[in-house]
Amino acid sequence: MLQEESDLSLIIAQIVQKLKGSNLYAQLERQAWASLQRPEIKLESLKEDIKEFFKISGWEKKLQNAVYSELSVFPLPSHPAAPPEHLKEPLVYMRKAQGSWEKRILKSLNSMCTELSIPLARKRPVGEQKELLNKWNEMGTDEPDLSLFRPVYAPKDFLEVLINLRNPNYENGDSLSFRTHLGLIQVPLKVKDIPELKEFFVELGLTSGQLGIDDSTQVPPELFENEHVRIGQKVLTEQDSAAAQQYVRQGSPTALRAELWALILNISSHPEDILYYEQLKTNVIQHDLLVDSLIYKDVKLTASNDDYYFVFEDYLYQVLLCFSRDTSVLSHFAYNSASPPKSYIRGKLGLEEYAVFYPPNGVIPFHGFSMYVAPLCFLYHEPSKLYQIFREMYVRFFFRLHSISSHPSGIVSLCLLFETLLQTYLPQLFYHLREIGAQPLRISFKWMVRAFSGYLATDQLLLLWDRILGYNSLEILAVLAAAVFAFRAVNLMEVTSLAAAEAVLADLSTLKVMPLLQIFLFATVT
Amino acid sequence: GWGQVSSDEHASWMSVQTIRNVFSVETGYRLSDDQIVNHFPNHYELTRKDLMVKNIKRYRKELEKEGSPLAEKDESGKYLYLDFVPVTYMLPADYNLFVEEFRKSPSSTWIMKPCGKAQGKGIFLINKLSQIKKWSRDSKTSSFMTQSTKEAYVISLYINNPLLIGGRKFDLRLYVLVSTYRPLRCYMYKLGFCRFCTVKYTPSTSELDNMFVHLTNVAIQKHGEDYNHIHGGKWTVNNLRLYLESTRGKEVTSKLFDEIHWIIVQSLKAVAPVMNNDKHCFECYGYDIIIDDKLKPWLIEVNASPSLTSSTANDRILKYNLINDTLNIAVPNGEIPDCKWNKSPPKEVLGNYEILYDEELAQGDGADRELRSRPGQSLGPKGSRLRDAGRTVLTTWK
Repeated sequence: MLQEESDLSLIIAQIVQKLKGSNLYAQLERQAWASLQRPEIKLESLKEDIKEFFKISGWEKKLQNAVYSELSVFPLPSHPAAPPEHLKEPLVYMRKAQGSWEKRILKSLNSMCTELSIPLARKRPVGEQKELLNKWNEMGTDEPDLSLFRPVYAPKDFLEVLINLRNPNYENGDSLSFRTHLGLIQVPLKVKDIPELKEFFVELGLTSGQLGIDDSTQVPPELFENEHVRIGQKVLTEQDSAAAQQYVRQGSPTALRAELWALILNISSHPEDILYYEQLKTNVIQHDLLVDSLIYKDVKLTASNDDYYFVFEDYLYQVLLCFSRDTSVLSHFAYNSASPPKSYIRGKLGLEEYAVFYPPNGVIPFHGFSMYVAPLCFLYHEPSKLYQIFREMYVRFFFRLHSISSHPSGIVSLCLLFETLLQTYLPQLFYHLREIGAQPLRISFKWMVRAFSGYLATDQLLLLWDRILGYNSLEILAVLAAAVFAFRAVNLMEVTSLAAAEAVLADLSTLKVMPLLQIFLFATVT
Repeated sequence: GWGQVSSDEHASWMSVQTIRNVFSVETGYRLSDDQIVNHFPNHYELTRKDLMVKNIKRYRKELEKEGSPLAEKDESGKYLYLDFVPVTYMLPADYNLFVEEFRKSPSSTWIMKPCGKAQGKGIFLINKLSQIKKWSRDSKTSSFMTQSTKEAYVISLYINNPLLIGGRKFDLRLYVLVSTYRPLRCYMYKLGFCRFCTVKYTPSTSELDNMFVHLTNVAIQKHGEDYNHIHGGKWTVNNLRLYLESTRGKEVTSKLFDEIHWIIVQSLKAVAPVMNNDKHCFECYGYDIIIDDKLKPWLIEVNASPSLTSSTANDRILKYNLINDTLNIAVPNGEIPDCKWNKSPPKEVLGNYEILYDEELAQGDGADRELRSRPGQSLGPKGSRLRDAGRTVLTTWK
């Protein structure tokens, strides 16, 4: 009991410390001072009266939302003497693996840089700056020569690294037993099994209404949809983050989704935020970074060819180029197992005073990165809001999909969860695919790394991402991946090669995610 | 097309030229009862730009004369419910009327379209009277007599505030199947699509000549530098719906789609009286609709021979299904058609079509009488007028 209390007070202290530096604190202070003018505030009961005022005027709610937002990303409490690396990643072998992976990426980036003799960063001449400013809204028409650029890495490269992960303290023994894990991931992390998943995802059960199932045209809206929409509007009026998060577990109505997600992520567009975005835009105009070309290339290879997202090509540049320069993103490395790559001013290699983070936000984009932003364009058409939402989604969720860590929502755990679900509940299918050289993870990895963006129809993807936000976890990606295999099991049993298996699973655009998830979790005999 | 007309064909998919021959008085060809064709004889009443406008104007005037509530106008004299075609004039016939209108708002842009062409051919934009001097000069000289109908143009007020998505202009292509005009029975294909321009939209006068900015026809866009053969610059109507609902809200989106259905039905009603309702005919039209930034839909034109070629893989599947579903309704069960059959297919064969308007069903409720006796009813998704105007399966018309 005592330990919990002291843990809690530690967390509280840390959150208070964090919020003290935030804009909200300044606003609350201002509001408190202004409230002194109000008749109901009396000197004798100053503290209570101001508290009451905050409650009525909705400021308490804002504070609550901010605290809730911090709690959502706050790492689990650890021993007070634990070094900061433990917050990033408690397991040493994982840290080491992430470190060497990062070295490889940086080496690849540097060699590309040297090969093409392009500096990592350079200041743009004034003429070029003007030109870019004019073209800001249609950067898609700019056709720089990108043929020599290659993406720094693709998901399949990353998969190879994960496959080779081993815990040096764990000896599996050579003998095969029924406990042997037949999949590609060979690290002993704890993952949930179906009974635990059923408990975790209880709102997706057969007895609860779901958007994505109970709003289809055959179902009369009075049964679920109307009431659900009404509750959603109420949640928005109350402006309660925690309620919104709980609400979207059953799906968000399309008309309310943009606001609900903003509420859950605690994004509100203040003038300071818009100003910040404009500042980033100025940075883009003034300096050219090598990663810009990587971003261009990625967008051209992925989103521009996508049936749903090609329309938003220009927004993607506007968001991603600014994202690369946003140093506030660096703060998420406190709980990310990854570390931002360092680069040294020319000629000063090794001298710490001349080290800078490169790119400024510490995130090197890989092939498919722009697909994290694309679906959001369906919800937000104002660039600075779109930017804020994406940034928050990244530092809460997406970063876990391409860094090596033991976190339950980290990609390693997701892969293991996927393989375990398949092996446990569809053993025949798993064994068959393994025998023909089509390890299931090789097919589903790319879906999970991209959070299914670009693979599902947009309306289905948004329903899936509703649940990611609602449960504050990415585990649903692994469950969906397994559910897709279960759905196409009959066809998969007939294939005899990896290529044929890929073909069966090539087109997911007709899938309806909620029925698949529900059937897999709640309606399959286990 | 499927095949040439021959005396023992039962269902024939023809080009418009062939239709003209079939129905022309000279050939004396008669379709027998077990033969059907895919065009109405005088479809051009709807599909030629000038005749379409003429018929709609006539229809509106008729309704106004009858005192129908549909023809209600607002304070500035604009029709409340029937203002869905941009202000249009025929050239050279209405040249003087046009000039009067042009002078009222001299900074406006107008679009010139040849009456009988398609695929964006011959279209250009003007913002100065001098650019169309040719049509006025000729009308004063005797060479006016030599203007054949082939050279007739329509000039319409250009919608220079189209709704933009991703900064680009787009239009909607919707397929509407008409099996009979009197009583009117028409079906809307659920899988319409949006056609995007490859270039960012700008109303700037310096870009008036840039067809890649203004004309959404695939025939034009596919020659653009940025044309992409994978998606072809096309979005499904469902994507559009999702985007609008997410960014603008459900009510305005539903209202928009209701209005689109409304204007399609009204345009068909407008030509119904003059259409040769040959019982051997059915027709699948390609409706082009533009939405402006106030979410108001405008009817641009109706195509009798919508392109059935495909520009992308998805397109091929869509057009295949379109033809398949069309024929399923026109020739149910693949049986030999009988023109005396009442043409009301059961729900199962509709495929991707849904009933847009069925006049018989509407009349069966005595609705038409009610329509006239209820002035001042409001239009809208919940408006009972729409319910009375025809029981439709489209759920927002409840």
